[in-house]
Amino acid sequence: MGGYILRRVLQAIPVLLGTTFLIYFMVFALPGDPVLALFGDKTPSAAQIAQLNAEYNLDKPFIVQYFLYLGGIFTGDLGTSFSGQPVSEILAQAFPVTLRLAVIAVFFEMVAGITIGLISGIRKGGIFDASFLVVSLILISLPVFVIAFVAQYVFGIQLGWFRPTVGPGAPIQDLLLPALVLATISFAQIVRLTRSSVIETQSLDFVRTAYSKGLSRRRVIPVHILRNSLIPVVTYLAVDFGVLIVGATVTEGIFNVPGVGRTLYQAILRGEGPTVVSFVTVMVLFYLIINLVIDLFYAVLDPRIRYVK
Amino acid sequence: MKFSRFGSAAAIIAAGALVLTGCSGGGSSSESTSSASSVITTNGSEPESGLIPSDTNEVGGGKIIDEVFAGLRYYAADGKPVDDLAESIDTDDSTTFTIKIKADQKFTNGDPVTSDSFVMAWQDAVVNLRKNASFFADVEGYNEDGQPLTGLSVVDDTTFTVKLSAPASDFPLRLGYSAFYPLPAAAFDAAGKVTDEFGQNPIGNGPYKVDGDKAWKHNESIKLVKNDEYKGGREAKNGGLTITFYKDFDSAYADLLSGNLDVLDQIPDSALSTYQDDLGDRAVNQPAAVFQSFTIPSRLPHFSGEEGQLRRQAISYAINREEITKVIFNGTRTPATDFTSPVIDGYSKDIEGNDVLKYNEKKAKELWAEADAISPWDGSFQIAYNADGPHQAWVDAVTNGIKNVLGIESSGVPVAVFGDFRAGITNRSIETAFRSGWQADYPGLYNFLAPLYATGASSNDGDYSSPEFDKLLSEGSSETDLDAANKKFQDAQAVLFKDLPAIPLWYQNVSGGFGEGVQNVEFGWNSVPLYYEITK
Repeated sequence: MGGYILRRVLQAIPVLLGTTFLIYFMVFALPGDPVLALFGDKTPSAAQIAQLNAEYNLDKPFIVQYFLYLGGIFTGDLGTSFSGQPVSEILAQAFPVTLRLAVIAVFFEMVAGITIGLISGIRKGGIFDASFLVVSLILISLPVFVIAFVAQYVFGIQLGWFRPTVGPGAPIQDLLLPALVLATISFAQIVRLTRSSVIETQSLDFVRTAYSKGLSRRRVIPVHILRNSLIPVVTYLAVDFGVLIVGATVTEGIFNVPGVGRTLYQAILRGEGPTVVSFVTVMVLFYLIINLVIDLFYAVLDPRIRYVK
Repeated sequence: MKFSRFGSAAAIIAAGALVLTGCSGGGSSSESTSSASSVITTNGSEPESGLIPSDTNEVGGGKIIDEVFAGLRYYAADGKPVDDLAESIDTDDSTTFTIKIKADQKFTNGDPVTSDSFVMAWQDAVVNLRKNASFFADVEGYNEDGQPLTGLSVVDDTTFTVKLSAPASDFPLRLGYSAFYPLPAAAFDAAGKVTDEFGQNPIGNGPYKVDGDKAWKHNESIKLVKNDEYKGGREAKNGGLTITFYKDFDSAYADLLSGNLDVLDQIPDSALSTYQDDLGDRAVNQPAAVFQSFTIPSRLPHFSGEEGQLRRQAISYAINREEITKVIFNGTRTPATDFTSPVIDGYSKDIEGNDVLKYNEKKAKELWAEADAISPWDGSFQIAYNADGPHQAWVDAVTNGIKNVLGIESSGVPVAVFGDFRAGITNRSIETAFRSGWQADYPGLYNFLAPLYATGASSNDGDYSSPEFDKLLSEGSSETDLDAANKKFQDAQAVLFKDLPAIPLWYQNVSGGFGEGVQNVEFGWNSVPLYYEITK
């Protein structure tokens, strides 16, 4: 097991380096001049352009800029945004918020989705199953911003149950509504995924064996059926968590969450290379770690899976 | 890995539901003990550079700087200049100005406000190529190489003189703009350069000050509290101002409706048709000093010389501004009647030649046919715009109108990002007409005309050049009486109406709103509320 983990960690390093290079290249190749954009409708003088370019290293060839940035990482200096804030600070501010949002969202969709999916699977064909199939179909077909706006209007403004946007410091109670919104579509997917997985597992031989041994449903369902149905669901959850960390930009904008999506979007628009690359690098790192954890978790779920030869 | 799924799952869901209904975090009401200690919340955007007055040229930072600093003058709601720190500004010839400042003024850290506070700040703007350096272009010795100005000299602690390289009648009018704010001694390093650290925690002398060292939470908000030592005309009637940065105005509007935001200074497009119903008499819709147009560069084929004049006028006649402002903008834009703005002193709606701005299908077709007789039209008339702004709707409406009236191909060209759009304009690689506009830096006619249409001016993106126009502008600048100067500027606009380097479209109103219980909300000439007057 330890060897497996070590191999995975070593594999992650070229992935990280490759991604940072690619992203840096893409930001560099983007059309448009961020320095000109800073002046709005006015035109700066040649000297002003030169000064700003020198300050942000924008006048050096791409490879030099990239290595300057890499070098900066080792000293903890990830560059500064145009408004003078160190990128490391921006990261430290935005990621915890999005993390909290993602954790709450995943918690909702996991608990609600798996439970309902399980019940639907066991009572296949019943009223409960049919109605949740319809509900999940509707939720999957709605775009997330429609759900977000409606939820904000109904629950935030009209009923006043939640704050329509996230207040200063992003306290957990303000994050509940956006988390719920983010969770809705994934919840629908998980219901269906769990349901079909459960249906499939139910018909397998070992389940019949368990029942004929005299085990009660209370024991067979969670221990034998659910546990063996969870592998596709857990995979989906891992991917979903990664997607949520990457930042649900639209939802974050609607609820004004000071998280990764919103910050990254503004940095891209302004052409702030160091901010964009730093964010993406951390996201890739997260994604790699989550994937590793989930892969290890498979071994817990299904004893047949082993990482030791 | 053994736990009863049903039981615990059901329990978790039930507990979660209870928690949700219990945490009704909505509608956090603001502290309203007495007006003097109440804090007003409003919207803003993350500044695009550190908070240094001469380096801030956009509304996000400008909004904060105008509250934290006080300069020689400020502008009342109608745009008229009022002396703030200035005791007197005297001149005989509109070229050399003797400025006396009030005695015993201090910054919030105890540093006194002296002539040096101004002169050093202004020199730093030019020497260190700050973004607003071009505001000192008329001062003697202005250069773009980082050399200090030669036209500034300190007489004593409360007097200094400014010598311009050419007369400018509205120079005293400009002194309310943020580029001219003073800075405390603590802002400068040994070489006289304003430090970056100062930009993160500015120390000012205005109606408000930043609330401690970490008051600026980047990308989130900034907290300002009343500066009790400021005793000028903008003394704050509330206890402080908290500016929350929003990514877009939809979320700010949601906060306004639910009581979490006190004052909003722009209504999102999605709510333009409903906000006046939603807010009733808490809605604001009034003209502001923002001018919108589109520029047709003189180098475009078929658009120069006499043919060009005819075509430009035809296009202008073909645009139905009344209909577009009513249907697309719900009345939050006012069709243009000149090249400036109705809130500026000296504005006139009767400038000769301005009937090109009225929709007239017959005249449009006539003039276009005359132009075709000189050289037949070919190709398509396109207007470029940046797709990350709210322009698609009106560009499509304008180009469709042109297509229908003149019978030519016409469409909009979206450019993905604003930076890209500006790059194409600045290096003159753009090959179509493009949207343009101007937000006044100070409430003066000259500010709308010189930077955009004077030969070789910094924002003359269409490369327009007219000796007659330049002559009228400089005649106006040499006047010592502002009314006489304004008359010259109006005559200069008559020249613009013949040549139409840019086609005026409309003035953008300020549309905003305020919450229940909030009072005394007045919007200034620059579309920003006069925060210091607001109470609740």
